[in-house]
Amino acid sequence: MKQNSQGMEPKQSENIPLGQMGRFAVVMLFLSGMLLVALLMNVNIGSVSIAVGDVFRILWDGIRYGIANAVTKGGFAQELGAVITSSTESQILFRIRIPRMLLAAILGGALSVSGYLLQVFFRNPIAGPFVLGISSGAKMIVGITLIFLARRMEHISSFTLIAAAFIGSLLITAVVLLFAQKVRNMSMLLVVGIMVGYICGAVTDFCVTFADDHDVVNLTNWSMGTFSGANWEHVKTAALLCIPGMVGALLLSKPIAAYALGEGYALSLGLRIKPFRVVLILLSSLFSSCVTALAGPVSFVGIAVPHMTRTLLKSSKPAFVIPAAFLCGAVFCTFCDLIARTVFAPTELAIGTVTSVFGAPVVIYMMVKRRRTLEH
Amino acid sequence: MKDYVRTEHLAVGYDGNILIHDINIQLEKGKILTLIGPNGAGKTTILKTLTRQIALIRGTVYIGPREIASWSPKEMAKQVAVVLTDRIRPELTTCADVVAMGRYPYTNLFGKLTPRDMAVVRDALERVHALDLAEQDFSTLSDGQRQRILLARAICQEPEVIVLDEPTAYLDIRHKIELLDILREMAQKKNITVIMSLHEIDLAMKISDYLLCVKGETIAAYGPPEEILKNCTIEQLYDIQNGSYNLLFGSVELTKPRGAPKVFVVAGGGYGIACYRALQKKEIPFATGILFANDVDCQVARELSDHVVVSPAFEAMTERHFEEAAALLLQCEQVIDAGTPVGTLNRQNAKLLQLAQEKAIPIHRGGS
Repeated sequence: MKQNSQGMEPKQSENIPLGQMGRFAVVMLFLSGMLLVALLMNVNIGSVSIAVGDVFRILWDGIRYGIANAVTKGGFAQELGAVITSSTESQILFRIRIPRMLLAAILGGALSVSGYLLQVFFRNPIAGPFVLGISSGAKMIVGITLIFLARRMEHISSFTLIAAAFIGSLLITAVVLLFAQKVRNMSMLLVVGIMVGYICGAVTDFCVTFADDHDVVNLTNWSMGTFSGANWEHVKTAALLCIPGMVGALLLSKPIAAYALGEGYALSLGLRIKPFRVVLILLSSLFSSCVTALAGPVSFVGIAVPHMTRTLLKSSKPAFVIPAAFLCGAVFCTFCDLIARTVFAPTELAIGTVTSVFGAPVVIYMMVKRRRTLEH
Repeated sequence: MKDYVRTEHLAVGYDGNILIHDINIQLEKGKILTLIGPNGAGKTTILKTLTRQIALIRGTVYIGPREIASWSPKEMAKQVAVVLTDRIRPELTTCADVVAMGRYPYTNLFGKLTPRDMAVVRDALERVHALDLAEQDFSTLSDGQRQRILLARAICQEPEVIVLDEPTAYLDIRHKIELLDILREMAQKKNITVIMSLHEIDLAMKISDYLLCVKGETIAAYGPPEEILKNCTIEQLYDIQNGSYNLLFGSVELTKPRGAPKVFVVAGGGYGIACYRALQKKEIPFATGILFANDVDCQVARELSDHVVVSPAFEAMTERHFEEAAALLLQCEQVIDAGTPVGTLNRQNAKLLQLAQEKAIPIHRGGS
């Protein structure tokens, strides 16, 4: 009797953080496993099917080549290099599939973290770069840049495109924030975002319509949203920007948790609100502009994935949600890309088509559920 | 310095527009200061200025040895914790998580909780009697539980001063008492200074060491509740034109029925109050008597009627009081006998009932 009433309670409360930590570890393991499966399937499946055993053999060759090349640059490396270039399969693997799936994974993760940061900023789970028109703004500036720069330059670096997208994102974020001060109502803000998105879309279409066909060639594919243009340069650029970005986002996890309590409480806890909000927007824009510049518009990942992540974790602790959302976004986008390029092969679907099919129902479900809890 | 919180000629407001000026507070450590005053008087503005949520316009605020403007955000967070009226709805967050946010100024870059932090969280939950809520989702709480968790969050911050904006709003009477008890305990045992705003003047009188009456552009009164009680009426502070507020009892009476009395209530010793309130509900003007000046009936009767016959306490009622009461009684159409027992000092009341009988004025027994 005495043990029951007194001995149990303290133990339970000591378990609080541990229990959540355990769940986080399980979710991270599960997502990593899923990512591995997704990556393997991506490499394996396609118009040329490569057996799993061959995939590993080719990968092994590639790794050995990389090491040998770095260490000796000698004959062995050249030999291996010759083996790799002579095989169509390894060509497909190294030139097309691997960069494409890596890009899909990195950008998928980036997009969902971008959405998460916006949700923190607006304190609304339905905020995201796509619904707020930020992606469309980025697309507009990138489109204009492509049209006007294509005439003067042979090759437009991915950094240039990202810089253009970043400017577009910030521009539209500024517009949306301007309205956010006028309308306190969140659903009105979303309507504003969607409208601004349409305006940007119209401007983009206008530029495309009156541009020379020659200038638009590399635009049409991109403007649909696809990972098909992926190459190693894109992967490097994306990694170079997104990995430091992720470190930055993780460093924000403590203030994000405080900010979630509302500005008043955050302020009284010692958070400097203004710089925090600026960093939040800059980071979110960095992520979403990487995606828009390198893959074009990808819808609903920014809203759906953070929500799925929170549901999986059963917690909204930023220190857990941010890494898990990145992984979850990577898994989501690699699977969606797999579907986009294989289901109706040889015709490829736009990536946004697939992400919408899976993402939009999640968003609708969220809104319905949220309405219910609000009424409650 | 003896005073822990001190303001000198403080002026507060929004966007440079002064709402209230010349606020001078001196408050020792471990005392409770309550701001009272009508809605929109600027109580929240004062509290927000003290906690640096908005900038002060003029004057100075000292908390501890230093002016608040000189504290860094982190130092300020260790000095002052708040409980706000903002409705927060964090999703998928346990109460322990919400309370643990109070450790923000103490934890490292990633917000990692040390065993000492966890002990403080636990202790804070224990103080508000909410240990059993630790693992519950914050959004599922009732208003009373929510307020206690938010208070625990503030306690967890280990501040010297806790500032609460209307902490008892939305709470039922039991939870109001519970919350104020916890605050009193914090002030006494942990020597935490409490500054808050309350709407319940009766509770404010009872819990506070100091009251600050906020009205108009300046402070209407500042001091211990007993002094305020002497010098300032609540009707003035809140601009109550009808109705009344009895500070001694903390009871509210609604608007007095106007006009010539129609009913005479023979009462005393607390028997009359129910009758008076019943008549007020039906808006029937009444006269009553004869009441001793120290009678509870007298306190309420004076708020609800202009025709109260009062005789000095501790002395027998005299013929003169009878005459006065009889004159009123004869104007009335009906008489109510509240059922007050008749003894040696209040024999005149029996004579009143007798008179009514003689004049054939209908007499009802109390309550009907």
